[in-house]
Amino acid sequence: MNLLAAETEVLAPLASGWFLENAWLIPVIPAIAFALIILIGKRLPMKGSELGVASMLASLVLSAGAAYQWIQRVNSATEEQFVEPVIRSWSWWRSGGFDFGIGQHIDGLSVVVLFVVAFISTLVQIYSLEYLRGDRRYTHFFAALTLFSGGMLAMVLADNMILFLLGWEVMGLCSFMLIGHWWEEDANSRAALKAFFTVRTGDVGLLVGISMLYFAANDWTQENLGLSGFSIRGISAWALSGEPNSTVIMVAAIALFIASIGKSGQFPLHTWLPDAMAGPTPVSSLLHSSTMVVAGVFLVARLYPVFFVGLDILGSGGNLIMFIGAITIVISAALAFVQNDIKRVLAYSTVSQLGYMMLGLGAGAWLPAVFHIFTHAFFKACLFLGAGSISHSASHHSFDMKRDMGGLRKVMPITFTTWIISTLALCGVFPFSGFFSKDEIIDNVGNNGYNTFMIVGLVGAFMTAAYMTRATYLTFFGEPRGASAGHSSHESHDDHASHDDHSSHGPHESGLLITAPLMILSVLALGSGLLNATPFGESWERMKLWVEPRAVEVVDSTYSGGPGESLIVNVPSAGEGSSKSVCGTSTPEIGVCYAPKLEHAKFKWSKAMLSMAIVFLGMVVSWILSMLLFTKRDARLVGLTQRVKILGVGHRFLVNKYYLDDLYEKVIVRSVAYPISSAAYWFNQNVLDGILHSISNLTRKFSGWVYKNIDQRVVDGTVNNSATFTKSVGTAAQPTQSGKVSQYGALLFSAAAVAALVLVIINT
Amino acid sequence: MFVNQFLFLAAVLFCIGVYGVIARKNAVLMLMSIELILNSVNINLLTFAMRNGSTDGHVFALYIIAVAAAEVGVGLGLVLLVYRNKKTISVDELSEMRG
Repeated sequence: MNLLAAETEVLAPLASGWFLENAWLIPVIPAIAFALIILIGKRLPMKGSELGVASMLASLVLSAGAAYQWIQRVNSATEEQFVEPVIRSWSWWRSGGFDFGIGQHIDGLSVVVLFVVAFISTLVQIYSLEYLRGDRRYTHFFAALTLFSGGMLAMVLADNMILFLLGWEVMGLCSFMLIGHWWEEDANSRAALKAFFTVRTGDVGLLVGISMLYFAANDWTQENLGLSGFSIRGISAWALSGEPNSTVIMVAAIALFIASIGKSGQFPLHTWLPDAMAGPTPVSSLLHSSTMVVAGVFLVARLYPVFFVGLDILGSGGNLIMFIGAITIVISAALAFVQNDIKRVLAYSTVSQLGYMMLGLGAGAWLPAVFHIFTHAFFKACLFLGAGSISHSASHHSFDMKRDMGGLRKVMPITFTTWIISTLALCGVFPFSGFFSKDEIIDNVGNNGYNTFMIVGLVGAFMTAAYMTRATYLTFFGEPRGASAGHSSHESHDDHASHDDHSSHGPHESGLLITAPLMILSVLALGSGLLNATPFGESWERMKLWVEPRAVEVVDSTYSGGPGESLIVNVPSAGEGSSKSVCGTSTPEIGVCYAPKLEHAKFKWSKAMLSMAIVFLGMVVSWILSMLLFTKRDARLVGLTQRVKILGVGHRFLVNKYYLDDLYEKVIVRSVAYPISSAAYWFNQNVLDGILHSISNLTRKFSGWVYKNIDQRVVDGTVNNSATFTKSVGTAAQPTQSGKVSQYGALLFSAAAVAALVLVIINT
Repeated sequence: MFVNQFLFLAAVLFCIGVYGVIARKNAVLMLMSIELILNSVNINLLTFAMRNGSTDGHVFALYIIAVAAAEVGVGLGLVLLVYRNKKTISVDELSEMRG
């Protein structure tokens, strides 16, 4: 066996390189650029946007270099060797025995997400150059966008939970600024506040989770690994060590998952995501493809061992993550059917796809879920930017599909083509990227024994195909309507028309700065799936090789015999009597585990064909219905929801978003805020005022006594006496005040001389 | 080193200075006398610094020279203003501080 040989053999050190060692520069560059844009942006020829684009390009180059060197590092390792992440950390601040570090943790997962974030951010910034041209807060927009990307990048490569939290919160703040970019309109600032507060609700969970993990893990990690309890590496090893108390780790995992629910727009905190469409389209694109909403999924993927142990992933009967993911897939896909706003359709689609990622993570399909983050970023960014391109050049800043779009495929060929490619990728049609990731998730969920959830996934795939077909039909087919037919309908401006100079033109294709990102993204939407193309065999599964952490026990010579040298040699070894690693299933015996052992489903064309058939069925059904409903105006279908009562109820239920917004704003906020304020009022009136009144009465009586006895007799008597005394002294001393400086000087010197004499006498 | 001689010189200068401040009527001469007092102190400081082999006294002396320069500037400015208003700099005439 190789493994037995490996036990004695000291393996060669892993390859590393400049880009891996200095990956911490990736978020630092946008952060510096943010400061520069704020300070001097307005005075630059392109109003600061060039700094934003340049910083994102620099980050992109660095992350591409890091990705390349990470692949080399993986290749330099043997088959069964754990590929050590490149970790560098510095002490940030110390307080009362707590050591808060700052540093980088570069492994496959962070490399993938770093690259995606930097890539999408670069394209979105280039797109924004044109889309926001002439906007009144152009410079601030680019500043916030750059800091936003910087926050995400910092979060992705954080080596400890404190830095993770920092990046997470920076993103929350920037999303607030960006969604409310056009805050003059009340709806926009409300949407920004809603996004901020909803995410904050979840953030409480993150704080609780981090603190719990710290206090639970710190002793173990300090003793065994010499790491702080905030360190992601330490927490991962601790979770799989068999050490943690099952209740503690479960509560911590649930707390962290609540943060994920808030950030990633999972049910029941998904309501902020569609409202976040109030921001400019590039923001929606960035928020909903690679950053922000992916952060929640990333949190679960990053601390996977904690969730694996805490929530009993791979246990029978499913777990919290799976349930939330499955519910999210279905309810948000259903909501996408009743939206008229193209961006809202895409928003609900994002929520639904995030549900897939959560479902995958919950079901032990870690790699497919991470791969879905990767592919989804490309096609969803492309779809959002495509919607922006339509509103920018064809429909007078309107996003209403029913009123202002239709028949645009002829006038916008590039936007149309890229849209179709991305839609097919989103639906998961075979050669497009979505197929390789989404189908893998569904397949693995079934493979791990969760058949019910697999069916939910397939239903979701059907619904995805159907609502995307509806949106495509309404936008690009049929007769042009409203603004895209050339009618000037200024009252339909959803978007801020700060650059209305071209509103006299009819619909036309957008400029190169907008179409170039679209084309690049659509190529990736088409091709990025090949990085982990399971149907073509093992050799195509690059992502699996590069990204998935290997579930082997790691014996760290540095800590095996107490504090050793900094040279780290890893010897992967099999436990006595077992030929395979036991990571995640039982306690590691001689080393530590950093990742649980996960199975991968064998690809079968029969299963793929089934899901393919479901997707095509969804498209065809939706196409026929859309044609009958929107073009032919078929009498049997039009107004069906008004005529059939039960359908009407269902429709109203969907249009009102399951009344969740009402529940939150009217019921919860009211029931919490109103009793609190009335109770506070009562407390104020009765308790506080009562106390104040009795205190003041008491004080008045006491002060009356004090006035009579102390003030009049003692104080006044003293004052009067001292005044009399002073007066007599003053009269006696009057002659010395001659007003002559010389005399004063003489007095001064003689006094000093007398004092000196006294001093000398005393000292001798 | 004869410390006594330096201390004696300083004491003499100090007395001359005090005499000048008290007896002179002219404000400018009073300022000059104050300078004499300050410099006698400087001599004292340097003497003891030399005796103790430390440089603290030198540092203080330098500070005092700097402060004295500023003080003379302010003092002469005051004298100029007094002259402009009263057409005299005789301190006997300036008895407005009388109580």
